[in-house]
Amino acid sequence: MAEAQLEMLDLGDLEAVIGLEVHVELATQSKLFCGCATTFGAPPNTQVCPVCLGLPGTLPVLNARAVEYAVKAGLALGCQITERSLFARKNYFYPDLPKAYQISQHERPLCRNGAVTITTPEGLRRIGIVRVHLEEEAGKLVHSGDSIIGSEATHVDYNRAGIPLIEIVTAPDLRSPEEARLFLEELRTILRYIGVSDVRMEEGSLRCDANISLRPKGSTALGTKTEVKNMNSFRAVVRALTYEAQRQAEVIRSGEAVRPETRAWDEARQVTVAMRAKEEADDYRYFTEPDLVPLVLTQERIEGWRAELPELPAARRERFVASYGLPEYDASVLTSSRLVADFFEAVAQEVGDAKLASNWVMGEVLRWAKTEGGEVVELPVSVQGLAELLGLLRQGVINQAAAKSVLEEMVASGRGAREIVAERGLEQISDRSELEALVDRVIAENPKPVEDIRAGQTKAIGFLMGQVMRLSQGKANPQQVRELLHERLGVGG
Amino acid sequence: MSQELRLTREDVERVARLAHLGLTDEEKEHLQRDLSLILEAFDRLREVLTEGVEPTTHLVPQESVLRPDTVRPSLPQGQVLANAPETRDGFFRVPRILEES
Amino acid sequence: MEILQHAHELAERLERREISAEEVTQAYLDRMERLEPHVHAFLARTPEQALATAREVDRRRAQGEPVHPLAGIPVAVKDNLCTEGVPTTAGSRALENFRPPYSATAVARLHEAGLPLVGKTNLDEFAMGASTEASAFGPTRNPWDRERVPGGSSGGSAAAVAAGQVPWALGSDTGGSIRQPAAFCGVVGLKPSYGRVSRYGLIPFASSLDQVGILTRDVTDAAHLLEVLAGHDLADSTSVDAPVPAYRKALQAEPRGLRIGLPVQFFGDQIDPAVRQAVRQAVDRMAEAGAEVVELSLPTVEHALACYLVLAPAEASSNLGRYDGVRYGFRAQPDGRPAKDVTEMFLATRGEGLGLEVKRRILLGTYVLSAGAYQTYYLQALKVRTLIRQDFERAFEQVDVLATPTTPTTAFRLGERLERPMRMYQSDLCTVPVNLAGLPAISLPCGQDAGGLPVGLQLIGRYLDEAGLLRAAYAFEQVAGCRAAVPPLAHLGTGAGEVTIHG
Repeated sequence: MAEAQLEMLDLGDLEAVIGLEVHVELATQSKLFCGCATTFGAPPNTQVCPVCLGLPGTLPVLNARAVEYAVKAGLALGCQITERSLFARKNYFYPDLPKAYQISQHERPLCRNGAVTITTPEGLRRIGIVRVHLEEEAGKLVHSGDSIIGSEATHVDYNRAGIPLIEIVTAPDLRSPEEARLFLEELRTILRYIGVSDVRMEEGSLRCDANISLRPKGSTALGTKTEVKNMNSFRAVVRALTYEAQRQAEVIRSGEAVRPETRAWDEARQVTVAMRAKEEADDYRYFTEPDLVPLVLTQERIEGWRAELPELPAARRERFVASYGLPEYDASVLTSSRLVADFFEAVAQEVGDAKLASNWVMGEVLRWAKTEGGEVVELPVSVQGLAELLGLLRQGVINQAAAKSVLEEMVASGRGAREIVAERGLEQISDRSELEALVDRVIAENPKPVEDIRAGQTKAIGFLMGQVMRLSQGKANPQQVRELLHERLGVGG
Repeated sequence: MSQELRLTREDVERVARLAHLGLTDEEKEHLQRDLSLILEAFDRLREVLTEGVEPTTHLVPQESVLRPDTVRPSLPQGQVLANAPETRDGFFRVPRILEES
Repeated sequence: MEILQHAHELAERLERREISAEEVTQAYLDRMERLEPHVHAFLARTPEQALATAREVDRRRAQGEPVHPLAGIPVAVKDNLCTEGVPTTAGSRALENFRPPYSATAVARLHEAGLPLVGKTNLDEFAMGASTEASAFGPTRNPWDRERVPGGSSGGSAAAVAAGQVPWALGSDTGGSIRQPAAFCGVVGLKPSYGRVSRYGLIPFASSLDQVGILTRDVTDAAHLLEVLAGHDLADSTSVDAPVPAYRKALQAEPRGLRIGLPVQFFGDQIDPAVRQAVRQAVDRMAEAGAEVVELSLPTVEHALACYLVLAPAEASSNLGRYDGVRYGFRAQPDGRPAKDVTEMFLATRGEGLGLEVKRRILLGTYVLSAGAYQTYYLQALKVRTLIRQDFERAFEQVDVLATPTTPTTAFRLGERLERPMRMYQSDLCTVPVNLAGLPAISLPCGQDAGGLPVGLQLIGRYLDEAGLLRAAYAFEQVAGCRAAVPPLAHLGTGAGEVTIHG
């Protein structure tokens, strides 16, 4: 079968039913059950202690901050918080799993029954969150060659083992790979907003597995699903699910049955490959972790954490549209990062012109902003700096073109707008007599265009405008120049 | 012993696979018999009336034992690897991974 | 120095500077060496380390620095407690040559108190057994009869204390592993309440049942050592954050006012008549001296052994998954060559590294947790556990302690039960209910059977009431004569039962 054809997923009379299991690393300082640091990129096996190495006799002690972050994530995803939750052991063998069990949650997860609303081309869609639970990360396998499978030997680094994770399980509410991507983007934005995770996919701090099945459109039954693993970017999620949906469609159309199995996305070949059949290997023999006591959270504690949550992106988007009169698209760009949204609001307030602030933040400011992994991490100017610049622009002291060049220099030198404008003499020429002299000179020097304009070909006014601006070294107030030209040449308006 | 055993040889093999225990044929035979006898001894346990009884998962009275999110020193890499059967360049080394299918 | 002194007596002599810690330690090291070929109680001996600790204690005492009252009294530790830099095997080939980079909290507390560690004692592999025959490094012999087992799994610690190789030792008790060998070897064995002593660094068998405890020659020593070990530990979430009383001060010989319960289920046909009789006699003596004795019933206790045989292996199957040859311990080389892939390495390492009894329990535990069996066995056992706890709670509304035999029989012969696992498990019949309920219990020597083998009497106390339990035990010791005797083997190689220590 050919590789996944993006934008071309057409399943005919079938529809995809997709549910996601998303693992997100929490941004705690120390690991979930021991004091080892969680810093990314340390030399192998240097952030390891007897506990996270699974040495016999060691015991876990739960990190309070991880609990707080997991609950905040649950609250932000609209979940109910379980007052008395339990930890469980998930037993399986793999070289990256030091104890041969993962401490996770099974029967009483921390958070349940939430939802996230995503905006699709067909409108708003509510995606159910079945559960959010807390668990520990496994170590990292490093292998020679380009794939684990078939490599000569495997090397294990346990620095990652024990970093706190939340697993977010959605209901099978997603209907296309594109919806899956939209959901993941929204999820990422929410989690970054509340500050519980950096959500850096390239560092593996967000990973996603998907369950996907097909069914005839209009049916409410669920078809046989496969689980797709190893999707390491949002793009990979879309491609893998598109591929897998098409593969299942072909299987079904050929009259065969989809096999319930776990499949891996092969990034190099852009295909999903069968890993193993479900059933026996998935018998994890969960039981309550005897080394940890029940986690009991009072309503007071939960409500305290809820009160600490910032305004969430969806609410903020709506508010930006309603109170600043921004278009949906602008609101959504501005709210995609809490840093940007906060910046925009502060500038808008300072300048008193939301539309102007929005245009500048979305255009020039984001152009110069520092990003890491698709997230804005640092803005190029301060709120005060941009407000000062936009103030000069609004007052007509400088024009648009000059403002752009001033911002560029502000970013490069860190100096203030007023200082740069003064030094470079960029103040706009708004003095009428000065402008009249310039306009009259241009009219005198360009008889042909002037004649054309008087004959009704008003397009040539643009040419004359350009001549005036050139003559003023870009400082003439364009609005006033236009008015003067109209006046002198007797053009209506 | 003509009586039918509670566990079949296949049961023993399935459970041994789950537990990643390599067993000799002789061990499988022993364990099939032993485990079957032990399971017979559980018959009366299964008959105890436990409707409405909460399972005991913990014995101690305290709840929510938490530690602050404070970083504490890790072990030096040399100590982490000191007991390992095989290492290379700061990593634990294991034979290649073949996915079961 | 007379052999088989009690630690608290040694402590007094050390305090008065009649002897030095180094002399005491050296004397025990000599005894340990001399008797070891006959007993095989130890898997590792640490004489240099012990003497270094002893000398440090002597130096501190000489310079007038504060020292713990028990400082300088040697101790042995069961080899499933991690000791930094000292091999810790849990009796398994899977951990051969394993040197932990950290010490168990219990071991660290001994060290802080200045108790010289003389060695690590033998045990059934991963504490799974009742005879110490399941050790990968050969069985320990019972000092009372070398053809018999010392019990298990803390058989090394019990035999070492009985033979006088050490004045006291640490053990662990999951279903009777301290009390049963204490009974077989004729010494005192204390299992504190679950949570009273930190489990951090105890290589787990079954985490919800395991408890670190003590083997001594009398109740006073047990009280002394418990004070060192007990207390909250931030590294163990299941350790209880409750005050630790001064246990020594709780010891009173007065039997009046003591209410002793005799649960009928512990005096049935499964108990050897000689054992029943010895226990009854001790209780009768207490009654004659003024204690109140009542018979009562713990109806669910008859299911305790089955309940235990579901729960303990289930937890064990998970606890023992980590012995996979990746990070530490044994790694198999099937057919002398490195494994061709990681799954083969796992299977061979676990297949060769673990003994038959351990495999039996891992398989049983894996089975009862597996899909389809979980509800029938595991969940049912958790519920029966609740009923057993409730039985005990009701009993303690009427009485202060329960008195039972510790074991159904006295020590059995080596090899006698190895091929019959159910018979072996029966040995824990009277002790497992206590672990299921998390209660404190102590086994006291209670006379001998016709063959001269020690009989054990078990006292069970209220949860976290070690003080009440030790008080009752002390009364049994003083009033009913429940005292440790000296096995003939302990005199081996000595003159008239003396070792010479000058000072």
